[in-house]
Amino acid sequence: MAVELLYFAWVRESVGTGGERVDPPAAVATVADLLDWLAARSPAHAAAFGDRTRLRAAIDQAFVPLEAPIAGAREIAIFPPVTGG
Amino acid sequence: MIRVVVQSEPVDVAAEFDRVEAAGAGAVASFTGLVRADDGVTTLELEHYPGMTEAALIALAEAAAERWSLLAATIVHRVGPMRPGERVVFVATVARHRAAALEACASLIDRLKTEAPFWKREVTADGARWVDARAGDDAAAARWR
Repeated sequence: MAVELLYFAWVRESVGTGGERVDPPAAVATVADLLDWLAARSPAHAAAFGDRTRLRAAIDQAFVPLEAPIAGAREIAIFPPVTGG
Repeated sequence: MIRVVVQSEPVDVAAEFDRVEAAGAGAVASFTGLVRADDGVTTLELEHYPGMTEAALIALAEAAAERWSLLAATIVHRVGPMRPGERVVFVATVARHRAAALEACASLIDRLKTEAPFWKREVTADGARWVDARAGDDAAAARWR
């Protein structure tokens, strides 16, 4: 199932791109699984996703915990805790 | 009436006040956040998640409008690079009486800090750094849930 990934702030800088389209295998069931799968694909991903306590996620533009299932997601964003206002 | 704007241009507070005062209510409360010059910051950069940002701010404004029976709510948030002293965010709430307007305004600024996808990056003479989220902001937002 192909899905659009988006990265923001230092996660974007660390991964080295603002977004990418990926097609993870069916065993990748949650956001956390997706991060594990991506981390195994490149050192830049592994470095960006090394400390999960510093990461937050959104599926189809709604905040979700990292344990959230990704089935049916069109767009998944990975980013640090927000700091607006 | 809900008004949510995410823009790279400076925030025109006078024009925003004209809009909310035209709502015909007795009470307007507002908050304006400015770029601080703390720690030698020369430029503040705001990144956001286009689409999700607007949706998150509209949801917050609608929730506040319902809870405090607001006649209008405005959130204007700037993105991109800005200088110390410039406005980052403007929030205004309009109600029949002051208590509702003031509480709704406080809730909106507290919640948007932790529930809207913006990220701050500070530039100083020594380089640039992403601003870390503060636990105190989570606590401030939690009291309105």
